Amino acid sequence: MSFATSPIWPPADPRDRGGPQQPLLMVRGLQKHFAIRNGVLGRVAAHVRAVDGVSFTVHKGETLGIVGESGCGKSTLARLLMRLIVPDAGEQIFDGDAVGVQGGISVKDLRRQAQMVFQDSSSSLNPRMPVQGSVAFGPMAFGMPKADATALARELLTKVGLNPALFGGRYPHELSGGQKQRVNIARALALKPRMVILDEAVSALDKSVEAQVLNLLQVLKRELSLTYVFISHDLGVVRWISDRVMVMYLGEVVEIGPADALYAAPKHPYTQALLASRPSMDPDRRREEAPVSGDPPNPVNPPPGCRFHTRCPHAERVCSARAPVLGDAAAGAHLAACHIQNPASGHSLAGRPVLPALH
Amino acid sequence: MSTTVSNAPPTGNAAMAAPRQRGYWGTVGYRLRYDPVTLFFGAVLLSVILAAVFASWIAPADPYQESIIRRLKGPGYMGHILGTDELGRDMLSRLLYGGRLTLLMGMVPVVIATLIGGGLGVVAGFAGGIVNTLIMRTMDVFYAFPSVLLAVAISGAMGGGVTNGMIALTLVFIPPLCRVAETATTQVRNLDFVDAARATGAPLRLVLWHHVLGNVLGPVLIYASSLISVGIILASGLSFLGLGVKPPEPDWGLMLNALRQAIYVNPLIAALPGIAIFITSVSLNMVSDGLRSAMDVRS
Repeated sequence: MSFATSPIWPPADPRDRGGPQQPLLMVRGLQKHFAIRNGVLGRVAAHVRAVDGVSFTVHKGETLGIVGESGCGKSTLARLLMRLIVPDAGEQIFDGDAVGVQGGISVKDLRRQAQMVFQDSSSSLNPRMPVQGSVAFGPMAFGMPKADATALARELLTKVGLNPALFGGRYPHELSGGQKQRVNIARALALKPRMVILDEAVSALDKSVEAQVLNLLQVLKRELSLTYVFISHDLGVVRWISDRVMVMYLGEVVEIGPADALYAAPKHPYTQALLASRPSMDPDRRREEAPVSGDPPNPVNPPPGCRFHTRCPHAERVCSARAPVLGDAAAGAHLAACHIQNPASGHSLAGRPVLPALH
Repeated sequence: MSTTVSNAPPTGNAAMAAPRQRGYWGTVGYRLRYDPVTLFFGAVLLSVILAAVFASWIAPADPYQESIIRRLKGPGYMGHILGTDELGRDMLSRLLYGGRLTLLMGMVPVVIATLIGGGLGVVAGFAGGIVNTLIMRTMDVFYAFPSVLLAVAISGAMGGGVTNGMIALTLVFIPPLCRVAETATTQVRNLDFVDAARATGAPLRLVLWHHVLGNVLGPVLIYASSLISVGIILASGLSFLGLGVKPPEPDWGLMLNALRQAIYVNPLIAALPGIAIFITSVSLNMVSDGLRSAMDVRS
């Protein structure tokens, strides 16, 4: 068994078609370019390459963490995975079935098995609906009688640690941020999904509440044998919760690998810089200057070659000439899209196993 | 769960734990019941409407019965509780009957325009893109004319009369209602809870019905209820210009016009139709204001 990073196999699920070897989700070359229109006629002036050819695999029962700076395409990716946005290109295979194509599963069937928790806990709940109504909406939409759906909603509220007698009939504005996010989690669980996409689900919460919600997520994952895609910009949280981590930069995957390996020995200079940007607990190792300076380049017109070369400390001519490839990440290996990792690339540091430390 | 709670001793904690199982409209109704101002004006409005509906039973006299010798008499004159108009007809009876046409011309166009304009606005707001452009730019054409002018032009072109007047007012009210619905829908559509509802895989019509309409209905209903008073005044205006109701039919606007010249003879009588319009409009505005705060569950 090569998936050493996925220790918990879910118990038999009748919906599990491919067995444990079949990845729950495979994404190949997913792409979304948003058109920028201007002028009276709405001519397409340019494209924002929000997600530009992203491929990865999520194994059953694991947590895949996705990190990256703001604007790197994390949230667009989450919405693409739920098909809230229609991708321009690429395929998405859920437990062996292609999504939204002839002979595969429909988007509606995908949404029964994959659910999402949104970042903004307040705007993701209908302000004019008691929270148990929001939780019960999904099951009711699939034909569950209202009384049963409400009972299920109240049961789920209990599961996420909210007393339904106290909170069920309340409106979102009567709950705190952490409580609202618990309701959002309960709603995501209402359709008994197999995969939950958590888009910055704890980022807006304060630290103590964040810890509670993270613990809740871990408990729920075990109890309900869930698979998580956990999107965050918080490196510490991602490491804590994830089995594997994927790093995105400007709409592309730059590095993917087991969490421990990736955090211990990052292979991509961007990952290295991200990790170095975490504030140190040790005052003697406090750093004054930022490890990556400036803003990411404009995704409308990304730099040629490697997209990170404008900010990379190891950039050479080859970096702006050719784009490095990530390789096939299906097997759960530790891969980075960097010329340094490819001995045949012509980069002067190519083939060195460990990146030189920054500065 | 609820039985345990209701059996618990009435401590502060248990009172807090009382399960609130009202739906949204239940909550709105509950809040309205504890708003005395809105209740009062609601009662006024209801009595105006009932008086108009049951005018033939309530009215003390025939509203068309003229009398040359009893013209423009003050309230109480020979059994005329509110006096007589310029042709000696009983003012109270005419006001009661006049309420029928006036309220009809004020309310029916708003109701129809809310259905048409609100529907178009929700479609435009939710669909976006080319559909939005088509609908909203068409509405902008109507915006180019002042509403009074537009109403006068339409009913003038179609000829006077109650039906044509109502059609004209409906056309006048569709664009603003469409715009309010479109703005509200566009705001709601971009919020995460609509995406979350879509992400459950629910059919679009259920998402629209439960999550979009509920949040759009509030502003649209409130705006529509405030338009009714505008409608009454516009309808009175049309009648005043001779385009809506034709004499001798009683209508508040028409009565106001006819009694204009009597203002030096008996100002109280001349003011009566205006007072009726005023009471109705104020009640409508107060009720819509109360409705607005009751529907805002966040306050």
